[in-house]
Amino acid sequence: MQKLLVPAPSDDKRWRMVTATMRRHGYRRDALIEALHSAQEAFGYLDSQSLQYVARSLNLPLSQVYGVATFYSFFTLKPPGEHTCVICLGTACYIKGAGEIIASIQDHFDLKPGQTTPDDRASLLTARCLGTCGLAPSGVFDGEVVGNLTPENVAERLEEWLDHAG
Amino acid sequence: MLAEDLHRMAAHERAQQLQYDHHIIVCSGTACRSANSEAVRQALEQQVQERSQIGVCTVTNGGCRGLCAAGPMVSVEPAGLLYQGVTPADAGAIVDSLGSAPVPHILCDTSAAFFSKQRALVLEFAGNLDPDRIESYLANGGYDTLLKAVTEMTPTQIRDEIVRSGLRGRGGAGYSTGLKWNTVAKAQSAEKYVICNGDEGDPGAFMNRSEMEDYPFRILEGMTIAAYAVGAQQGYIYVRAEYPLAVSRLKGAIRQSEKLGLLGNGIFGTSFNFNVDIRLGAGAFVCGEETALIASVEGKRGNPRPRPPYPAEHGLWGHPTLINNVETFANIVPIIRNGSEWFAGIGTAKSKGTKVFALSGRIQNTGLVEIPMGMTLREIIYDIGGGIPGGRHFKAVQTGGPSGGCITAQHLDLPMDYEALMQVGTFMGSGGMIVMDDSSCMVDVARYFMEFCMTESCGKCIPCRVGTAQMFDLLDKITRGEATLDDLALLEELADMVRNTSLCGLGQGAPNPVRSTLRYFRDEYLSHIVDKVCPAGVCKMQHREEVLP
Amino acid sequence: MTNRVLTLQINGQEVSGREDETILEVAREHDIHIPTLCQLEGLSSIGACRLCLVEVANVPKLLTACITPIQEGMEVHTESERLNHYRRLVIEMLFSEGNHICSVCVSNGHCELQNMAQLLGVDHVHLPYRNPQRRVDASHDRFIFDPNRCILCTRCVRVCDEVEGAHTWDLKARGIQSQVMTDLNQPWGDSTSCTSCGKCVHLCPTGALFEKGKSVAEMSKRREFLPYLTIMRGKHR
Ligand SMILES: Cc1cc2nc3c(=O)[nH]c(=O)nc-3n(C[C@H](O)[C@H](O)[C@H](O)COP(=O)(O)O)c2cc1C
Ligand code: SF4
Ligand code: FES
Ligand code: FES
Repeated sequence: MQKLLVPAPSDDKRWRMVTATMRRHGYRRDALIEALHSAQEAFGYLDSQSLQYVARSLNLPLSQVYGVATFYSFFTLKPPGEHTCVICLGTACYIKGAGEIIASIQDHFDLKPGQTTPDDRASLLTARCLGTCGLAPSGVFDGEVVGNLTPENVAERLEEWLDHAG
Repeated sequence: MLAEDLHRMAAHERAQQLQYDHHIIVCSGTACRSANSEAVRQALEQQVQERSQIGVCTVTNGGCRGLCAAGPMVSVEPAGLLYQGVTPADAGAIVDSLGSAPVPHILCDTSAAFFSKQRALVLEFAGNLDPDRIESYLANGGYDTLLKAVTEMTPTQIRDEIVRSGLRGRGGAGYSTGLKWNTVAKAQSAEKYVICNGDEGDPGAFMNRSEMEDYPFRILEGMTIAAYAVGAQQGYIYVRAEYPLAVSRLKGAIRQSEKLGLLGNGIFGTSFNFNVDIRLGAGAFVCGEETALIASVEGKRGNPRPRPPYPAEHGLWGHPTLINNVETFANIVPIIRNGSEWFAGIGTAKSKGTKVFALSGRIQNTGLVEIPMGMTLREIIYDIGGGIPGGRHFKAVQTGGPSGGCITAQHLDLPMDYEALMQVGTFMGSGGMIVMDDSSCMVDVARYFMEFCMTESCGKCIPCRVGTAQMFDLLDKITRGEATLDDLALLEELADMVRNTSLCGLGQGAPNPVRSTLRYFRDEYLSHIVDKVCPAGVCKMQHREEVLP
Repeated sequence: MTNRVLTLQINGQEVSGREDETILEVAREHDIHIPTLCQLEGLSSIGACRLCLVEVANVPKLLTACITPIQEGMEVHTESERLNHYRRLVIEMLFSEGNHICSVCVSNGHCELQNMAQLLGVDHVHLPYRNPQRRVDASHDRFIFDPNRCILCTRCVRVCDEVEGAHTWDLKARGIQSQVMTDLNQPWGDSTSCTSCGKCVHLCPTGALFEKGKSVAEMSKRREFLPYLTIMRGKHR
């Protein structure tokens, strides 16, 4: 049976990545999570246009796609800030003081986990173990894994991004 | 690829290696990378060039040495030297020292208990393989075991070997791997699947990450042997998205194996076909549970379903499916290569072989260690782990992650095996060991784990969905100093109910940290509740002033 | 496939059933009552509410009657002090999770949660109420969704997918944050997939889904379509 392909929402080149992933999986329904990963990688988050495109291409109900996108904490439906800081809240990091780092970010920058600064410069996220517990507390700054964090060295990095003098 | 090709390639690679007098191997695992090992490797390459040692010395990527906190680690072969905390500035000195005395200030003492007490079986070759190149694996006997399995052994013989070896699953529950393989093999179906569980959601566990990063070929070889033994044609490796390096290594390994025909159709000229695909997790701890994992591979929400029927009979798309942990698969090659008797000779009566543990928390040597089953906790923490830093006192170690429990000082001489751990109220889990000293508050720790389970609960069944939230609220109340003894009684009532009525292991295990800390540290709970005091000084008690004399 | 007939004991009584039947099905055929909430004949069973847990001799864990297939010689017990205690706690958990104020609910008097609470003797809730603040969705022409009364049994999700074939409903988020929602979490009235068939409303065990403008007396739910569908599906199998 020849399936009619759904056209990408716009001629933005980033859609090609998403389309390529779905094609590689033969537009099978089980490609949903892989497709969402691609869309988030391409656009930084999943907006309703992405969700609709993936749903139509894989012939899946909208509610199922939304349900999957919100079940997995790796997916975000909100655009992230220019920079992202992920603090690990896994056990090893927690035992070594990750909680205090989160609290100090909150105090100094008025930024809670899951939030982005009002100027969209930086987002604070949390993770459950990055697998670098040997370097606890650890985090990821714009994709780079960094270990042995302290409230001070985290504040330094954030200030660099935010350009504000604490 | 046929047997001759395999041997020719391996011999060629060995000959290549022999041309060099020295091999410098730089750890390229996630931990060392974040300590800048890439720059160290580049500096070493540059120094080799500048000192015109090209042709005499190679610089390659290697795997984890276990001492993650001391990275970047660099080893020099065949001298057998190990350097720690190497910076790009040390590169010149290392290259200059080749063939003469080692560089003293970064030299790591490999005769220390950390190394000498370990037994490398899963972490064989101690990181000397280049995980990006199949040639490196072949030169060290890689895929010889698969060749032996598919050309000299029947599937039944392989399964018998695994049964006799006594290997038990390394993903947590410790179910006999051989029996599981037999169930899948006996299930009637034209389609069968093999899944490698690389979700490793337990916070504080990073064994599987390292195993996937350093031994991607070994895991593929183990899965392929398993597929041959149970009659599967398709495999999946489910890896959590938080492990990008493991994903890219595995992808590279699959591509290279396919190219040489070690995956695909007609492996080693037989009629056996096997393909492997990677599926990414997306941040859900519950997807480590096998039925939830299957739902996730099918592209759905990671909701578990009641068992029986077990995945071995009714798994992916309803077909018989073998699910094993990364480390379980990593054990297959040594067992088939060296025989079940050899393997069964390591460990204790009921727990055979070795186990890789991830040591972290308040301990001197954080990192990965592999020990024969049955070693005592004391040896692991004090000899291998180097004890507790800062002159503080050991308080407890958490094993089994958020579904596990703690082991206290009174059980330091406990031998690490499945049954012994169960007896003291925790379990092996996947191998995370988080050490706590007297600066940790056990109620706070229990609260932490309950928050974890609450946010990771899938929400399908009522006891786990509502019970973890109710228990979290109660624990939070205790750590705020606002709870009563009635709240404690309710907490215990809920812990019992959630454990016995939840659908899957997440809910069934969620009360364990509470039960375990209550068993050993009830007095700490009572201090918070009755005296409104946190003995470790961790919890900020709301009501402190009113109560203190 | 041949279906062997197996014999087993339920509460000491000798019973028999086909090997593809569940404990719950065999119990019902023999008029043995096991409490259920998420299970409904004609829909797939998911084992979510845990009310149907039973004890089986020589099995350390409690088993889900609505899903577990029978086995030869099984000794099942459907009632015990422990099971009743757990079942009452399940009901209490549901009451504590949402906002269930029977006196102002359209389903008062024919609510399955209320009935089950009475049956199991839940006379008060000793768990703290969580008092969630959830917005009522009245955007649909004919129906209203009040998430405060939803117990997440997912009957609506299943009937919409498995029987109506629309799959308008699904769950969003996870854990204690989960809720049922339509399409891309849009107002129900804006849903492009909803056929307004009303099946979800009729299967909802509580007053979370109800028809606009119906008084308490008129709110009894009609389920005739389900047994019919079960029969039709059985024939297809
Ligand atoms: C909540 C939960 C999380 C789990 N997480 C993992 C995991 O991360 N990795 C794993 O191998 N097994 C995990 N398991 C165990 C699996 O369900 C399964 O038993 C295991 O993968 C089987 O492999 P094995 O027999 O080789 O141990 C988890 C189980 C539960 C209940
Ligand atoms: S125990 Fe928790 S994670 Fe498991 S099915 Fe129930 S709600 Fe989901
Ligand atoms: S707990 Fe933070 S990296 Fe593992
Ligand atoms: S009726 Fe069986 S779990 Fe709900």
